Amino acid sequence: MSGRADVPAGAEPGPGAPASDGAAAGQGAPSPRARRIGRLEPAAIAGVMSRDVTVFTRYWLSTTFSSVMEPVIYLLAFGFGLGVLVPRVAGLDYIDFIGTGIVATAALFSSVFPGMFSTFIKYRFQHTYDALLAAPVDTEELVTAEVTWISIRAGVYCMAPLVVAVFFGLRPGPGVVLVPLIGFLTGFGFASFGVTIAAFAKSIDNFNYVISAVVTPLFLVAGAFFPVDGLPAVAAAIAQINPLFHSVELVRHAVFGLEPVADLISVGVLVAFAVLMWRIAIWRMRARLID
Amino acid sequence: MSRPAAISLRGVRKRFGPVVAVDGIDLEVAEGECLGLLGPNGAGKSTTMRMLTAQAIADEGEIEVLGRRLPGDSKRARAECGVVPQQDNLDVELTARQILAVFARLYRVPRRERGAAVDRALEIAGLTERADSVVDELSGGMRRRLLIARGLVHRPRLVLLDEPTVGLDPQVRQELWSLIDALRTEGVTVLMSTHYIEEAERLADRVAVMAKGQIVAYGRPSDLVREHAGRETLEVYGPPARLREVEARASERGLSTRRSGTAVAILRAEDVNGFDVQGERRAASLEDVFVVLTGAEGE
Repeated sequence: MSGRADVPAGAEPGPGAPASDGAAAGQGAPSPRARRIGRLEPAAIAGVMSRDVTVFTRYWLSTTFSSVMEPVIYLLAFGFGLGVLVPRVAGLDYIDFIGTGIVATAALFSSVFPGMFSTFIKYRFQHTYDALLAAPVDTEELVTAEVTWISIRAGVYCMAPLVVAVFFGLRPGPGVVLVPLIGFLTGFGFASFGVTIAAFAKSIDNFNYVISAVVTPLFLVAGAFFPVDGLPAVAAAIAQINPLFHSVELVRHAVFGLEPVADLISVGVLVAFAVLMWRIAIWRMRARLID
Repeated sequence: MSRPAAISLRGVRKRFGPVVAVDGIDLEVAEGECLGLLGPNGAGKSTTMRMLTAQAIADEGEIEVLGRRLPGDSKRARAECGVVPQQDNLDVELTARQILAVFARLYRVPRRERGAAVDRALEIAGLTERADSVVDELSGGMRRRLLIARGLVHRPRLVLLDEPTVGLDPQVRQELWSLIDALRTEGVTVLMSTHYIEEAERLADRVAVMAKGQIVAYGRPSDLVREHAGRETLEVYGPPARLREVEARASERGLSTRRSGTAVAILRAEDVNGFDVQGERRAASLEDVFVVLTGAEGE
């Protein structure tokens, strides 16, 4: 693409322009639909992510600080506050219970909020996506790249609470190596959910509805801070379809011992949630970005 | 015009709800040509530009860019297109070099050539010295030059410039004009929307005048002036009452006039005999054409 020498090959409009006017449309050329080329090209996705990575070099310190400080505060508050009253929960020491519980919630917050806020800011105020979509990048690739990048960050940063919890006495088993993957998978669904909300939002204040009515309940009814079996039947049932609940379960089992059947179901729920939200996010962002 | 068309629009129409933004336009831009899309705000210029990158999808009609049918094959066309938006959408927290490196990658410049492409773009923008300054620290003119260089980092065959100098002071505007002129001499096809008449007059080989979503005139700037405004314009200055009187007398004689602030301009003054109004005669301009055709004041 750098030299102009290699382009004419593709650009061969009929030499006798006026004469071929009518013929051009009917010529053996495949219909535009059939020629829709190169969906989800790695080069396009890598290009969009290279922007994210470059921007990240500017603010990684603050992100790292908050994702380490938050679990420290949670563990101090809950560990010393609540931990004194409830030494053991669901067969685990409370520090082990909550130390694993907040891994999934870290994955939630480090994906759903960037999905909502930075997406909204980028298309609404910075017009970043206008620039990206003028390049050889489609909305599908744009959304996929943004969500993938957020998920990678979620996968890395959800390890922060676990590392902090180790200092508070948590002793993870070898399955802990799976935790970043669980964080990535969890992040993919919630980042896509956040992007979808951003695509619907008229103003940044609209996010308050979603945070209060959706994110907070999901976060509380996920078994991160207390087991869901103690909840009223309805709430316990809701927990079963809460992707975050499955994420919490997976993290706990990865750290303290896998339970194949239950864990496969949990992976299935997270994958289904991720794929569904990813497609919805693309669909809604396309409606938002393409006139 | 035997050169192949870099851009071709046929019967293109675009609606936003009840509003028809682009109302059935036909337009061809030959390879190597600089076409100015001239029109007042809201004439449909930006929508037309956005359709060329498939960021707006036409409701009707056919669009081809660099031989690719849109919107299906738009991605390939975009790879060879450079776009300079009206709105500054640079990442303000990044440096000039970082921005160009990201876009070299987005435009699929091979890895080995990216460094050279970035250096070249920095030179075009005259920002070699400021390569490592973050955008926030750059002046308005530097930012705009960076915005243009960002669209040129992959050596596009076609450059789409949407109001490239809007809101800039005259000196910066001159700088950008020489930059755009340099592209033209390199043989790059340029489509530039503008509502600055002088800009179109200086840079464009041909001008398409848009008003209310339609192309109301198309041709070389000098031909358009001849055709729509004649050779000379008589400019009469005076207090409002006097101007009204001149307008009335001119219309009695079937002369077309236009009001511009403190003056009345009488078009085709070369054909006027025995019209005893004192004023200044000057060569007819593209601005006269613009006002006659669009009813709007140019700038």
